[in-house]
Amino acid sequence: MIGVVALQGGYAAHAVVLRSLGAEVREVRVPADLDGLDGLVWPGGESTTMTLGVEREGLAEPLRALAASGTPVFGTCAGMIMLDRSHLGLLDVDCRRNAFGRQVNSFEADLQFPGIDGGPVRAVFIRAPWVADAGAGVTVLASVDGHPVAVEQGNLLAVSFHPELSADPRLHERFLAGVQARRARS
Amino acid sequence: MRDDSTFRLNVGLAEMLKGGVIMDVVTPEQAKIAEDAGACAVMALERVPSDIRRDGGVARMSDPEMIKGIQDVVSIPVMAKARIGHFAEAQVLAALEVDYIDESEVLTPADEAHHIDKWAFKIPFVCGATNLGEALRRISEGAAMIRSKGEAGTGDIVEAVRHLRAITGEIRRLGTLDEAELFVAAKNLQAPIDLVRAVAQDGKLPVPLFCAGGIATPADASLVMQLGAEAVFVGSGIFKSEDPAPRARAIVEATTHFADPLRVAKASEGLGPAMESLEARKLDESQLLAGRGW
Repeated sequence: MIGVVALQGGYAAHAVVLRSLGAEVREVRVPADLDGLDGLVWPGGESTTMTLGVEREGLAEPLRALAASGTPVFGTCAGMIMLDRSHLGLLDVDCRRNAFGRQVNSFEADLQFPGIDGGPVRAVFIRAPWVADAGAGVTVLASVDGHPVAVEQGNLLAVSFHPELSADPRLHERFLAGVQARRARS
Repeated sequence: MRDDSTFRLNVGLAEMLKGGVIMDVVTPEQAKIAEDAGACAVMALERVPSDIRRDGGVARMSDPEMIKGIQDVVSIPVMAKARIGHFAEAQVLAALEVDYIDESEVLTPADEAHHIDKWAFKIPFVCGATNLGEALRRISEGAAMIRSKGEAGTGDIVEAVRHLRAITGEIRRLGTLDEAELFVAAKNLQAPIDLVRAVAQDGKLPVPLFCAGGIATPADASLVMQLGAEAVFVGSGIFKSEDPAPRARAIVEATTHFADPLRVAKASEGLGPAMESLEARKLDESQLLAGRGW
């Protein structure tokens, strides 16, 4: 069972991709929705709205516990911001919000990912953040104009773009492969 | 290959607003209150619809200085309204780099036959609709988001419900038609056959469907979300109520938990009086805004 944080944002599009890959999906709004999850996706949206939602629902500690238990977590755009040092403090990075600018500066680009076959990934950047600083334990997977836009740290995968919008499921497949691998170990 | 002007980018921003509340604001202070209450975007305008209704006269695009003032204080997307068909106002809003342009019936129409050619813009557009044909005409002109029109500035949800039910009901009906019947449906809807066929196949619009017009309470937000809206616009309902910040937070909470009546009940507690309202049915024909747009 894969949880998709549904406080606000692009949860519907993530659920469509995950289901098309055979995953069962549960929308996450309250702590009880986290019970028994094998993986968690944190979609894009507005991080101010989500921060208020996390506080209102008391989700911060249960989410930290879920990540600490080794459960794979995949954050996209605002979902990446929510994992960073100044939000949940799970990912050892600082994100710069709306770093690429307003909607007029939103763009698509091809990104080469290490370990992903079949050519570059089409990445959809919408009012996107970038990683302004990353700790030693963080692997940068891809960058745009010298700014990291995809990072990995243990069971945490985070990208500043929207893989759920580009009809290219390879990053979701990579995340689900991590979920499978963990289940096989336990 | 880098590309900064795809339709997917415009629809994508609407996708990111889902499950959220877009609030009308008239000052930077209100914009900050809205953001702090959990708004996923703000609509910057000079007067909220209920004041436009009260004041009468021609309602136009807002002063760019006011829009810039709001852009300066919030980090969430800022939208602004242009008059129907007034592509020069839309060009000004695009030059200001607003994140979404609302070609809105709340302002006085500038063209009684043509809507703005929205494909000519890089900035995404949202347009109002009262039925499926109107929604598909707006999408064919380049709108990346559709909202119900409702009857803005009344605090009466009845028209938004009518429009949402009309749109979703007609979508369901299309799903039952065969290919020959779809041509007739396209003719009757006055909409392009390709869009009609896509809607019949997918069972939904090709762009997000939001609700606007008359939302005043947390339960209103829950109602329209259950009727198929994917996010809500609240115009006069927040800053024309007695205590805006708690009401704004409550509508945000009820939009997230729209399917959980206990949470909607909790969000509805102790909010004080809602905005002063007008019963939409009792408005004179000349006072109705939803009929604007073609």
